[in-house]
Amino acid sequence: MVRVTLPYHLRTLARVGGEVQLEVAGSVTPRAILEALETAYPMLKGTIREHVTLQRRPFLRFFACGEDLSLESPETPLPESVALGNEPFMIIGAISGG
Amino acid sequence: MSRVRVLVGTHKGAFILSSDGKRKQWKVDGPYFAGWEIYHMKGSPVDPNRIYASQTSGWFGQIIQRSNDGGATWEQPGTGPGEPTTTPDGMPKAESNKFVYDTDSRTGKPLTTHQWYDGTQHPWEFKRVWHLEPSLTDPDMVFAGVEDAALFSTTDGGKNWHELAGLRGHGTGPQWMPGAGGLGLHTILLDRKNPGRMYGAISSAGVFRSDDTGVSWRPVSKGLRSPYIPDPNAEIGHCIHRIAMHPSRPDVLYMQKHWDVMRSDNGGESWHEVSGNLPSDFGFVVDVHAHEPETVYVIPIKSDSEHYPPEGKLRVYRSKTGGNEWEPLTNGLPQQDCYVNVLREAMAVDSLDKCGVYFGTTGGQVYASADAGDTWAPIVRDLPAVFSVEVQVF
Repeated sequence: MVRVTLPYHLRTLARVGGEVQLEVAGSVTPRAILEALETAYPMLKGTIREHVTLQRRPFLRFFACGEDLSLESPETPLPESVALGNEPFMIIGAISGG
Repeated sequence: MSRVRVLVGTHKGAFILSSDGKRKQWKVDGPYFAGWEIYHMKGSPVDPNRIYASQTSGWFGQIIQRSNDGGATWEQPGTGPGEPTTTPDGMPKAESNKFVYDTDSRTGKPLTTHQWYDGTQHPWEFKRVWHLEPSLTDPDMVFAGVEDAALFSTTDGGKNWHELAGLRGHGTGPQWMPGAGGLGLHTILLDRKNPGRMYGAISSAGVFRSDDTGVSWRPVSKGLRSPYIPDPNAEIGHCIHRIAMHPSRPDVLYMQKHWDVMRSDNGGESWHEVSGNLPSDFGFVVDVHAHEPETVYVIPIKSDSEHYPPEGKLRVYRSKTGGNEWEPLTNGLPQQDCYVNVLREAMAVDSLDKCGVYFGTTGGQVYASADAGDTWAPIVRDLPAVFSVEVQVF
């Protein structure tokens, strides 16, 4: 099971607490995780990536194993520790304000 | 006894204020959708327990919420949790927050760009839903005014939204340019007496009318004059802030333009100014008394850059003559050191006798008058900045 951490507002929308766990078929990539996430929680469609372009929303970032993976190709396989569920795939909302 | 529900959208969530028909004691529920911008909430005229809300965020985009129990509980009216997102034959199922401009080669292909601030053409980009207008007859049908300006509708209670591309596509769309607040379709008025007739107003493109339930549109701007645009009498480019009508007399329209309070007596075919003795003819809101079609309310605001009440006095102005002659209503409103704004969606009237009038401020106050504006009292004083106010009587 892949573990995914959502920002607070998306946890509220999806009505989940803490992490969510997903079965991801095939290679574990950001795109595969997001598709599994949106299938399990359809209310999140459009909130992490644009409906049509599937581009990541500008104020969201993807992290795993202490690395910012936001600018990697969504097809890039994630580290084995994410695929095995030892480390979460983290979707982070930018702290933007000041 | 009747009950009253005031639906308040704010910068950081939604609130529902409820009272009996006396409108003296209020219960405050919320925040709903805490931390999100709630641009607008509105209930179905035929089912007051069916309420729609536009929930939006610069981080997470647009969400549509729906309540079937008067706001006690809410749901996103698309595919439910755990349900497949495709039909058995592989087609995408409902996505309640999906607003995609029409790019069909027959209806949408020419609608690719509008004018940008520097005069160049700029792609249409969906940002948010500004206004939700439920059908007068069908609780599952709703019109949505969005930024960048376009009209969408749903016929399945908000599960799916489709653009009515005739508004953007009637011919003037490429000339539309955003105002300071964006290029938003913020006002949608439905005519109860003339089925199919509706109005839309866009900052800063103008006012438009449809006579076929939103399929085709044309500008109705004769008489509008805006000295701050290249051609002051142009068909397109007027910064309309709000339009209001009385249900019993829908051919009479009142408009708060960027500058000027205007009136039309013929369904927008022509307009004339009725600013009269107002201390400022700038403002955002305008509304009409529920039982007196010639009684109109505005809240003058000082502009261009200040956007607070003249002299620091929060005054509602009422005309009982359909404009031109205005009286200040001040009883219960702050008359010194008041520097809030009242945004375009933030005034509403109820249908009780006497007519209740409500407005919300950027300072978080929601004021109510249970006597048509003669006296005022705050229902709440310290909400987040108020974006929108709607009222239900049931």
